[in-house]
Amino acid sequence: MITANEYTFKIFRYDMKEPEVRPHFRSYRIKVISGLTVLMTLLRIRDEIDGSLSFRSSCRSAVCGSCAMVINGKIDLACRSQVASFGDNTIVLEPLPNLEIIKDLVVDMTPFWDMYEKVKPYLIRKSPEPEKEIHQGEDERKRIDQNVNCILCASCYGACPVLSRTPDYIGPAAFAKLERFVLDSRDERPLHFLEGINNEKGVWGCDTMLRCIDACPKDVRPIDSIVGLRKTLLKYKAKKIFGITKDED
Amino acid sequence: MLAHDVLIIGGGLAGLRAAVGLCDKYDVGVLSKVHPVRSHSIAAQGGINAALANSPDGRDDTWKKHAFDTIKGSDYLADQSAVEIMCREAIKVVYEMEHWGCPFSRFPDGSIAQRPFGGADYPRTCYSADLTGHVLLNTLNERAVAKGVRVYSEWFVLALVTDNDVCHGVIAFDLKSGEIVPILAKTTLFATGGYGRVYLHSTNALINTGSGIGIAYKAGVPIKDMEFVQFHPTALIGTNILITEACRGEGGYLINKDDERFMARYVPNAMELAPRDIVSRSIQIEIDEGRGFEHPLGKYINLDLRHLGAPKILEKLPGIRNICIDFIGVDPILEPIPIMPCQHYSMGGIDTNEKCETNVSGFYAAGECACVSVHGANRLGGNSLLDTIVFGKLACLAIDEHLRNNSAKPDEKLLISKKEEMEKKIYKLMYGGNEKPYRILVDLSKTMSDCVGIFREKAGIEQALMDISKIKERFRDVHVNSPKLYMNYELLNAIELEYMLEVAHTIAIGAYLREESRGAHFRKDFNTRNDTDWLKHTVARIGKDGEPVISYKDVVITNYQPMERKY
Repeated sequence: MITANEYTFKIFRYDMKEPEVRPHFRSYRIKVISGLTVLMTLLRIRDEIDGSLSFRSSCRSAVCGSCAMVINGKIDLACRSQVASFGDNTIVLEPLPNLEIIKDLVVDMTPFWDMYEKVKPYLIRKSPEPEKEIHQGEDERKRIDQNVNCILCASCYGACPVLSRTPDYIGPAAFAKLERFVLDSRDERPLHFLEGINNEKGVWGCDTMLRCIDACPKDVRPIDSIVGLRKTLLKYKAKKIFGITKDED
Repeated sequence: MLAHDVLIIGGGLAGLRAAVGLCDKYDVGVLSKVHPVRSHSIAAQGGINAALANSPDGRDDTWKKHAFDTIKGSDYLADQSAVEIMCREAIKVVYEMEHWGCPFSRFPDGSIAQRPFGGADYPRTCYSADLTGHVLLNTLNERAVAKGVRVYSEWFVLALVTDNDVCHGVIAFDLKSGEIVPILAKTTLFATGGYGRVYLHSTNALINTGSGIGIAYKAGVPIKDMEFVQFHPTALIGTNILITEACRGEGGYLINKDDERFMARYVPNAMELAPRDIVSRSIQIEIDEGRGFEHPLGKYINLDLRHLGAPKILEKLPGIRNICIDFIGVDPILEPIPIMPCQHYSMGGIDTNEKCETNVSGFYAAGECACVSVHGANRLGGNSLLDTIVFGKLACLAIDEHLRNNSAKPDEKLLISKKEEMEKKIYKLMYGGNEKPYRILVDLSKTMSDCVGIFREKAGIEQALMDISKIKERFRDVHVNSPKLYMNYELLNAIELEYMLEVAHTIAIGAYLREESRGAHFRKDFNTRNDTDWLKHTVARIGKDGEPVISYKDVVITNYQPMERKY
């Protein structure tokens, strides 16, 4: 026997093309069976009750990062959040903070992607490619494991207190991505590439409140990357002062 | 008017690989319904096949052995020349992805790690834990960023513009602004993915509607082998999230409620590592004959990983463990995983040759939306990621050749008149009748799962064909709730639904006519393979009356004579 409980979903509504209508919450009452996720419920609300509701979704299995939002005050992916897990019959849904709202739960991700692109998030090599693979030890591979898990959902970006006051701060996800390459044994980027993050908009801007770690649905720890990048920068500076680096390019 | 030398629709692996290969030389635009890293390629877990011979148990592996396994796995419906190209190219593309930064798992000697997968005689599947699609897609997205590829993110294609078998571009829809935009293109490549969501139970992302295939078909491009639909043996009950074949590759067991490793009854030699079509049917028989378990979310059998031990599960299958905990509250270290077979992959698609060309000049297709065909009647695990990257790459060569040798200019007038047609269509959806799009989709997908699923027979498929015809009638009265054009996902669903109806129709009609069992297509009333009559591809074209017109064409046989498929 499948039992359904009635829930109230209070969903944030706003349309940037209709700024005269102030942001507000709209309530939807819906019966939900145990095991159903917030995303599946949102889809049902859009299908059956209100076709004008906007939110993003794609994989519905916590790998694509589309449906990050604020659920009862906490940032998470709607697809991996069970409705019944909140112990409350009211669920409040709001868009990710720190990004402009386009419509309802859909935010403009442009600044997030701009910062991602800014850190040169790709493998940079100068050596000629070998015929087969570039060898990488198991330990070297393990070093980047955690960073590789990032799904670019922007949960950490939404949770970051620095971004709420400094919109041009690079942000946690981009640092985790950058460190993923700095730590990759195959990457040969010159260290002076890191000069761009050697400032208050960069790694020195973080106030280590750990909110990015709390918000990450994939157990990535962007702060570890920020601290790691700071250390790399300090070592690089020291070497430069003593003239023991030959950072070409 | 927007114009590009090359317009690529789809930002998954096939689309991005093609974009990266062409952007240095041509003006390339990539249109994607979602941001490229949200594409369904991201969800692939298990791995990508290439005969690198890195494994100590596979030192004598060769691309020819890979080709043989693929052709045998395809139940001899794959075009052998195309398979040979894919398997030879596999080694190059895996090294290329590695050179571009793909973080593969490694053997202790620092080489790319490889593991066994179903239907393969060697441990040939290269992987990165159970996140192989995620790492490959990120690598290609990173490469596209490095090269400054122009991406139209959250844009959707409404129609393909063809005239006298020449392609002129597309009519696109900007989800954010709600604008309908014609885009002229000298060449257009579809890399729009598979049609999983035509089925009720599918492992696929919500975006995998197959509408790209439907759009091409409606524009007069032939589509091929649509009846061949892969069912994956192990999807989580309820949400139907994929539980990778790597679980069995790493040694997982399938267990029924009598605590029996029942694969011994069906395929004693290969057991859980038999190909997907065979394992899916075996599981379904166990469930149908009452040896499955009961759960409010459905009947299931168990996939048991416990004997692998916590360290191996944590190292090789960490994503699977998280999925099980998040979505069904089961930790596979402590409990078996409740699974059922469900739709997973589209073997059929836009009819292309091994150069990704269609019969419409300037129009190409690659990846899951295309049918080359390299998977024939059943795709082996680890060959779909391979297909996307290899044919994404080969499409570059064909498009380059076309642009060098062809001076025909796309015609703006054709696009303008098609744009008007699309505006009328959307207006009708906004001010139409009383049918809700989701209701129609539920009915369509249920019919497909019930009647054109793992097991098929004449009466059931006839029922499906009748249902589809009624559902097409109902679609005329479809209506969306909000009249806003931008960020209107219900409208997007309704537009895609029209194309899904065509896709479903061609699957059902192909399955109805094919009176044999081959690979994933299993007819209870014709339960053996029949090479005398059916060693051929099904081709569907849209007729003048809008109904599908079916013809057949020969399978390309090179070095591997069809024989009985035994494991």
